[in-house]
Amino acid sequence: MDPKEEIKKSFIAAIWFMFLTFPIMVVRVDTIEHTVTWRWERLIWVGAAFFLLSFIWRRLLDRKLTGPSATDTAPAHAAPRWKHLTADSRLKRPALAAAALFFLAVPLLFSWNKTILVTNALIYVVIALGLNIVVGLAGQLVLGYVAFFAVGAYGYALLNLHYAVGFWSALPIGAALAALFGLLLGFPVLRLRGDYLAIVTLGFGEIIRIVLENWNELSFGPSGIDNIPPPDFFGLILNLRQTHIAIYYLMVVLTLLTILVVSRLQHSRIGRSWEALREDETAAQAMGIDTTRAKLSAFALGACWAGMGGVVFAAKQKFINPGNFTIWESILVLCIVVLGGMGSITGVVLAALVLVILPEALRVFADYRWLVFGAMLVLVMVFRPEGLVRARRRVYAFEPTESDKTEGP
Amino acid sequence: MTPLLDIRRLTMDFGGLRALEAIDLAVHPAQTVALIGPNGAGKTTLFNCITGIYRATAGDARFQAGEGRCVPLRGLKPNQVTALGICRTFQNIRLFGHMSALENVLIGRHCRTRAGIAGAILRSRRARDEERRAAADSFRLLKKFGLAGHADAPANSLPYGAQRRLEIARAMATEPRLLLLDEPAAGMNPQETRELNRMIVQLREEEGVAILLIEHDMRLVMSLAQHICVVDYGRKIAEGTPGQVRNNPAVIKAYLGEDDNA
Repeated sequence: MDPKEEIKKSFIAAIWFMFLTFPIMVVRVDTIEHTVTWRWERLIWVGAAFFLLSFIWRRLLDRKLTGPSATDTAPAHAAPRWKHLTADSRLKRPALAAAALFFLAVPLLFSWNKTILVTNALIYVVIALGLNIVVGLAGQLVLGYVAFFAVGAYGYALLNLHYAVGFWSALPIGAALAALFGLLLGFPVLRLRGDYLAIVTLGFGEIIRIVLENWNELSFGPSGIDNIPPPDFFGLILNLRQTHIAIYYLMVVLTLLTILVVSRLQHSRIGRSWEALREDETAAQAMGIDTTRAKLSAFALGACWAGMGGVVFAAKQKFINPGNFTIWESILVLCIVVLGGMGSITGVVLAALVLVILPEALRVFADYRWLVFGAMLVLVMVFRPEGLVRARRRVYAFEPTESDKTEGP
Repeated sequence: MTPLLDIRRLTMDFGGLRALEAIDLAVHPAQTVALIGPNGAGKTTLFNCITGIYRATAGDARFQAGEGRCVPLRGLKPNQVTALGICRTFQNIRLFGHMSALENVLIGRHCRTRAGIAGAILRSRRARDEERRAAADSFRLLKKFGLAGHADAPANSLPYGAQRRLEIARAMATEPRLLLLDEPAAGMNPQETRELNRMIVQLREEEGVAILLIEHDMRLVMSLAQHICVVDYGRKIAEGTPGQVRNNPAVIKAYLGEDDNA
């Protein structure tokens, strides 16, 4: 492109960002001293940085559109090799084994706090895989997914408080309860598609939270429920630290179970009907799929994982209140599904780990932590809109014979 | 002989607009009937009424669903109509774009298979056997339509003609007794049209399926149809064998317009 044009574009970008970042970069208001400091020198730095960055940005965009060109050899080499590695099925088993070993060794390798962080990430893996059924496979944009998580958590807390129901019986009950709420949400929204569905489910999530906040007799309102007992592991008496490690391993098992069940569902007659629903609802119905059943089963089977995650969450936290179940949780889980690559189990697992652990890792950026986090999300979506891992189609085991190859035009 | 599909005085209104007015139409088993008429005449609307996408305002359509069962179609949902043995293709191709060609056909097998949630999670022997059989059946269908080489390719990556054929293969996977084809040759070049013609003839001979065809390519219509029904402005204006319809003055008028000086 014309270099003059390039410079002009970068110049405009720089001016624009100087304007945008002006309030946080330049102005500093001291509310105690009642003084305002103007840090004009920063404006110059911002301008210079974005002037240069915009060149790089456009270059990367160009490359994305045209594909890697032959001239820049280094990235061109790297990309196919990376693809080659992920596509090679021989490496799949060793890679899985390495991942399994790593996850088994986490409590030994890392501190107690970090183990809890990974436990959290695994809870998000489980609930994101649930949402992946609804959003990624069935294509129903649900924004109030945290409601099912709350149902599971409060289900365990309240059943335990009133009826002394133990953790292990609460786990399936929480899943069933959340599935029931999934159906409850599913019935009224059967006719809704796209943005309308998103708005209604957003409302559903908020209703659940507001009910929990205000129905003091049931949920003890904003003060929440305290002293939720941790799971009982074969009657062993464990100290706090050991309990957390046990919960960690429980989450590892639960994650494996989720992956197994969800992948089996995905590659079954039911999973195919969900995907057909996502691709074209009218055509799916015309091809004989009962869309009512398909939607309701997706809602129920998606919600039950959030319920299970909620039960573990309550047992791990020992204390829950409605503040744990805000819209931001729904959005984070949705981000995980979209960032991971809709419908891709590997992608969702990766994204959940990244999105939960990254904000902690970004603590070095202190105040700018969420800014950097947001910028990274934007970058991934611009350069890999299909998500970190593209959902791979299942290849069915048929060897086309010679006659097949010649038959087609 | 009782007709396979018997449509009587079917009327469809959209608000104040009458899209179809008292249409009578019969399709006999193994017969090919063509539905022709200018754009906007109501042909696709009739398809939508038969397949349950629209609910007809008045009149009825009855279908011989086998074993002597005569089922009224009005009020049924599209998936119920498909389960009875009527399946369709769409004028503007509506494949499941991101799914592979084989998976598209497998969706067609959905209503003829039973495996449920428990079967899927536990991978029961029954579910596995059924899945294997469905995949084998679907692959056979792909082969028949010359799509075996595309089995694992995403449907939206297929060439246009192949997508049209895949739609027919997907519809055939539901084991229909009546196949509704909505402009199957639209956008095809003469060679592809001839190929399609051959394929439909073969389908008719091998499967004995009855076909109701909407098509603008008159050569295809004349070569395939045993019976032609002409609609214009939602009304049936003529009906008969290809020879009769071709010489019908009302049809010529509808297609060519009226000559004021005549």
